[in-house]
Amino acid sequence: MSLLEIKNLHVKVDNHEILKGIDLKVNAGEVHSIMGPNGSGKSTLAQVLARRETYAVSAGEVSYNGKDLLAMKPEEAACEGIFMAFQYPVEIPGISNAYFLRSALNAIRKYRGLDEIDAMDFLPMFREKLKLLDMDEKLMNRSVNEGFSGGEKKRNEILQMAVLEPTLAILDETDSGLDIDALRIVAQGVDAMRNPERAIIVVTHYQRLLNYIVPDFVHVLVDGRIVRSGGPELALELEEKGYGSMEGEARHATPA
Amino acid sequence: MITATQHLESYLESFSEFEKLAAGHALPWLRKLRQDAFARFCEVGFPTTHDEDWRFTNVSAIAQTPFRLAPNARGQLSQKDLEPYRVVGVACQLVFVNGRFARELSLLGKLPDGVKVSNLAGEISSNPGAIEPHLGRYLDIRRDAFAALNTAFMEDGAYVHVRRGTLVDDPICLLFVSTGADAASMSHPRNLIVAEEDSQATFVEDYLSLDGGAVFSNTVTELVAGDHTVLSHYMIEREHKQAFNISTLRIQQRRGANVVSHSVLLGGALVRNNVHPMLAGEGGECLINGLFIGNGHQHLDNYMLVEHASPRCGSRQFYNGILDGHAHGVFHGRIIVHKDAQKTDAKQNNRNLLLSDDAQIDTKPQLEIYADDVKCTHGATIGQIEGDALFYLRSRGIDEVSARKLLLFAFASECLDRMKPGPVRKHVEGLIYHCLFQMASSAPGAATGNHGEDSARNWEEIG
Repeated sequence: MSLLEIKNLHVKVDNHEILKGIDLKVNAGEVHSIMGPNGSGKSTLAQVLARRETYAVSAGEVSYNGKDLLAMKPEEAACEGIFMAFQYPVEIPGISNAYFLRSALNAIRKYRGLDEIDAMDFLPMFREKLKLLDMDEKLMNRSVNEGFSGGEKKRNEILQMAVLEPTLAILDETDSGLDIDALRIVAQGVDAMRNPERAIIVVTHYQRLLNYIVPDFVHVLVDGRIVRSGGPELALELEEKGYGSMEGEARHATPA
Repeated sequence: MITATQHLESYLESFSEFEKLAAGHALPWLRKLRQDAFARFCEVGFPTTHDEDWRFTNVSAIAQTPFRLAPNARGQLSQKDLEPYRVVGVACQLVFVNGRFARELSLLGKLPDGVKVSNLAGEISSNPGAIEPHLGRYLDIRRDAFAALNTAFMEDGAYVHVRRGTLVDDPICLLFVSTGADAASMSHPRNLIVAEEDSQATFVEDYLSLDGGAVFSNTVTELVAGDHTVLSHYMIEREHKQAFNISTLRIQQRRGANVVSHSVLLGGALVRNNVHPMLAGEGGECLINGLFIGNGHQHLDNYMLVEHASPRCGSRQFYNGILDGHAHGVFHGRIIVHKDAQKTDAKQNNRNLLLSDDAQIDTKPQLEIYADDVKCTHGATIGQIEGDALFYLRSRGIDEVSARKLLLFAFASECLDRMKPGPVRKHVEGLIYHCLFQMASSAPGAATGNHGEDSARNWEEIG
């Protein structure tokens, strides 16, 4: 059984069909990359998997760990081990990063029947993860993402991932807007978390990130459909030829 | 207006009875203050929504209820009844029941030399010479019928005197308890706080009502901040949901005085909170910080009047409102900069969170500037709980109710963070947390888990 199995997923936003029948299987231990031009539905797919309720699923099924993912609330999906790194991390004034992250970790632990972790035990673990992402400890007492630079926000997402240790991580354009140094730190942080129990879906527009996180599979999403799947070489082909060549295939794939 | 003065006769009866027996009835100056104030009240009656200062607040529920002076109910309460309302870590807690001092219920801790904390009625009898120069000298009864009414019926409340150079570390707490009566009852607590030059102290007024029934607290505090004083004042209003609470804090700030006013409005059916500092000496500073949280059919009105009457003074107003159900909030921020108050630096900001479609906020800045070298800014925002923030928290495993609670508390924290850490802040934090916990748990989306995120949830600049 695959960790994640998406069958014929159709999703509408404001009555406009964005995803037009997605099929995808992701096994534990695998890294998949979903690539595609702007507006192809990449972020929509990521948000649906994280259970954002503004997206209406009009057809299809998604099973995660054998459970119906589409019946879960966002917090249930998170507690079941799904994590999405946001393309645009949200600023939340008045809640400190450290408090937020400990609340999240404890909510997940509680769901799994584990004891809550207290501040004393949390701190050493937290410091270690901060080091992994080369983040200043001072940021942790500041409000969530408030006044963070673009790079700090993206690093903060990966920090959260490192602390929450998800089974399925979805990175939604984590590379966008990052300079090459920040990209390397973020990518290395993610790469360090690869293991046989964890699956990672990397949603991206560009191939650059995939130099650091080499995927097992690459899928090309165009106009709400996966038009091609292949190995890491597909990303390189895209980089060379652009999405233009694939868009033809998308039209070809459209039933008359 | 006929409707507004319908029950004037019952006030007249109450007043003639009161006037004959009240403490200090034989003192000509006090007698005159009361009589002039009552005459003023009779002349203008209760305000109506035609009055610009009361445009958003209809007080006809007060005007049409035949309130009588609350009976003396001290004997009905015991120390035990008040246990839940004690504040840990304060210097003392004076208790007033229906506006009257209850010594046997009060906790009179040890105060440093140079501080006198007593009750106004006692002081009127034993020491009228000390209060005559201050009582009623700062409050303008012509501004407000409620202030006139309070002055007509003023007799008891707190009297605090802080001698020159005295530092009072622990807060001085005043607890005002209204008890229900068979008939609608009113009380008019009057507090006088005089802090002499170079002194520092913190004062807390805490209003609550026990038992149901129509109660009307109409309170006035005159706070005199001498030269270079550093003073904090807290107004905590947590009356029950049928209570009327009208309060006025009139601050007279002398040269270099630094005064902070915190208001926390949580309870009451109809609440009006007037804060009126007069920056009467050069170089004074004033911070007015407030939080109002309403649901059901509560009406919470905050009327700020900051008067800059001297040069080089600074004032900051920050008010946050959280409104749910059919609650109606008002923020009226008026700043007057007098002709000679050059180099004034005045700021005002009001932020509001509306949690339901039926909740309402009216926010109105009003700047009157007669000097030419001043900085005055104001801003107001109205928003809802942001769908993006809620989803962000939930996507990390935090359930919807907890996520709402976190976001509401974060919004309230902006006000809490302006309070100095200590026993009062802790007390206020506890009250706010309890209030928001209930609000988040009863949020419309909390039960179904299906909250509309469709509408734009961003802040709307309206200032």
